[in-house]
Amino acid sequence: MMSAAVVSAAMASDAVMSDAVMSPLALAAGPASPADMLAARLQMGLSLGWHIILACLGVGMPGLLLFVEWRAVRTGDADLMLLARRWAKAIGVLFAVGAVSGTILSFEMGLLWPGLMDVYGQVIGVPFAMEGVAFFIEAIFLGIYLYAWDRLSPRTHLLSGVPIAIAGVSSAFFVVAANAWMNQPRGFDLENGRVTRVDPWAAMFNPATPPQTIHMIVAAFMVAAFATAGVYAVALLRGHRDRYHRLGFLIPFTLGAVLSPIQIVVGDYAAKFLAEYQPAKLAAAEGLFLTRSHAPLSLGGIAYGDALHYAVEIPSGLSMLVGFSPATVVKGLDLVPPRDRAPVNPVHLGFDTMVGIGFFLLLLSAWLALTWWRRRDLPRSPWFLRLAAVAGVAAVVAVEAGWIVTEVGRQPWIAYGRMRTVEAVNPAPGLWIGFLIVALVYVVLTVATVYVLRRMTRTAPVRPFAPQERD
Amino acid sequence: MDAAQILLVVMWVGLTLYALLGGADFGGGVWDLLAGREHQNRKLIEHAIGPVWEANHVWLIFVLVVLWTGFPPVFAAIMSTLYIPLTLAALGIIFRGSAFVFRKASTEWWQQRLFGASFAISSVLTPFFLGTVAGAIASGRVPPGLAAGNLLSSWVNPTSMYGGVLAVGVCAYLAAVYLCDDAVRAGLDPAGFRRRAIGTGIVVGVVALAGIAVLRLDAPALFAGLTHRALPAVVASAAMGIASLGLLLARAYLLVRVTAILAVTAVMWGWPLAQYPVMLPPAFTYRQAAAGPEVLVVTLIVLGVGALLVLPAIAWLLAIQRRLPYDSG
Repeated sequence: MMSAAVVSAAMASDAVMSDAVMSPLALAAGPASPADMLAARLQMGLSLGWHIILACLGVGMPGLLLFVEWRAVRTGDADLMLLARRWAKAIGVLFAVGAVSGTILSFEMGLLWPGLMDVYGQVIGVPFAMEGVAFFIEAIFLGIYLYAWDRLSPRTHLLSGVPIAIAGVSSAFFVVAANAWMNQPRGFDLENGRVTRVDPWAAMFNPATPPQTIHMIVAAFMVAAFATAGVYAVALLRGHRDRYHRLGFLIPFTLGAVLSPIQIVVGDYAAKFLAEYQPAKLAAAEGLFLTRSHAPLSLGGIAYGDALHYAVEIPSGLSMLVGFSPATVVKGLDLVPPRDRAPVNPVHLGFDTMVGIGFFLLLLSAWLALTWWRRRDLPRSPWFLRLAAVAGVAAVVAVEAGWIVTEVGRQPWIAYGRMRTVEAVNPAPGLWIGFLIVALVYVVLTVATVYVLRRMTRTAPVRPFAPQERD
Repeated sequence: MDAAQILLVVMWVGLTLYALLGGADFGGGVWDLLAGREHQNRKLIEHAIGPVWEANHVWLIFVLVVLWTGFPPVFAAIMSTLYIPLTLAALGIIFRGSAFVFRKASTEWWQQRLFGASFAISSVLTPFFLGTVAGAIASGRVPPGLAAGNLLSSWVNPTSMYGGVLAVGVCAYLAAVYLCDDAVRAGLDPAGFRRRAIGTGIVVGVVALAGIAVLRLDAPALFAGLTHRALPAVVASAAMGIASLGLLLARAYLLVRVTAILAVTAVMWGWPLAQYPVMLPPAFTYRQAAAGPEVLVVTLIVLGVGALLVLPAIAWLLAIQRRLPYDSG
């Protein structure tokens, strides 16, 4: 599903590639051919879209794990300690795969987009240097946390996990701040194509940083929460209705339920930010071609011929959302020339998918909150657990969709208004061969990761609890 | 020293630590590949690198980030021209890391074989390709500019092959030396790794000497640098290598770690010493490549604060790793 979305996103952007000169047979490096440009975007999309899942789990799961371990240590609860042990084992695998898939991205910044790094590498370097420090802290303390569990006192062990959680959230902040810079490039002057007078702090704390980082970090915790809960929802559906599986479901799901309404508010804030700072991106996300007041909120539909067709329209909905009044004028795609527009279909449909899933998660959370308030138990309907199992996957899909909105919605720019993606791509010929090989590797990696993780959930010992007897 | 020079040194310290720590983890994979039926060795290797390889691996990211922040045109030139070997190294990194944890997490024999083989083979290929990258840069085949060098001959050439073979050899040598002491602490017989360390030490030494002839023909500027300004480093490396052989023969396993580390460090520092202040031979200097002074200073401050956080934590991790009981089961 994800790669299909990426493909359609990249296909739709052929307007961008028509800028490039066709030179498939060139031996020396010239401007990248359309095929290579497409390949570079697909490769970046694939590796980032893959890593973002691992990254979300890496940001969110340590917090959940530490909460469970803390309660287990405080209360001596064997079920909670078993949960902590098993989550730690899963995090060990997920972090390793996330570490290597993240490393590839730092390679690809140069392998695929040397034009960006050549000019702007120094402008966005500082948040990446900070991220490097945070990654170090994560890797070091994860090694201690996982391998020294039985060598440290329960309290010291718990404390050794705290840096992992803090560094995970910090990493997300630093990386997304660098990505926010691509949306709002600040902190430098340009002289003859080279940057001068760089202000790394202005670059890092650009206007897009607050909405993007908050939105992404909340999303990461939601993915970790709903994905973990989803695993236990499946187990509950299969009849493992004991306390261990109920706790494994309820603790993460509660976190997700608390965050769902918060994320709706944060998402609204992020959209209002776009209305002010990147109106062309919001216009693409909402499928709005003409600048107007009483702009409708369009759900779904297909864009062609400079208009959105077959969409369900809520009259004046978009004007209300942007400015609390039907009279609010919302900027449409007609404000920018066609060559500066993002492809509407993937951005609009991605946006609708993300928002739709956000409301689905909100309603599901409200369902649990209601039954819990009335009778302190899960809803009796098996549909609740079925939907909760779906929610784990849906949260991941929402992150992918949102990421398509922010990345494809920024096109044709790699640094908004400053550098086009086509100017940044590696001019070396044959990038498409590299993409095919990388794609093959990711297929193998996906199969292996899913297989190993599924084996780990299946070998769940129900009782007795071997691992924590050593504690 | 100005900020650019300090950052250059900091970056090279990071690369040295990556070679000494991450390199040994790759070397562990090399010995895993060559362990044959000696599964006891595989267990010891897994025990030795399990808790630390991820932290050791971060040094590579550290080097990449410092390079693109501090010297962005050099980063762009290297990554774009050496697109092929660096993509292959990146894929090797994926396979090495994921296969290692997958093997640990899997229970069935065929899975352990499959993941183990991926781990071991990628542990050989990754340092080889990284070594070809070093050879490409050192022999002046990566000009400044985007993909300005030849995409193939930049890294398929005598110096690059020499770099690749030397990198694999150094990784294997370091791992064998480290594993001697690990074996002793695990209560195992270190004779196997002692034999391997001595053998690789001799082979790597011979290769390194033979390589000087290669460099004389293929990279004369580097050869001149190594035989003049960087000569002390070359001599120190040879001396430490010979001392390491002696210490291995004398079974001084802890002390030989120190001399092996010094030998590799001397090799690592001989290269930049030979070509300073040039970053991309023949003529592109660090001064032409350096980022603005504000960026350099802020980066140095960030890394300084980072070092205060990271270095004590690494020390704790290594101390814990040393004390971890060996589970022979």
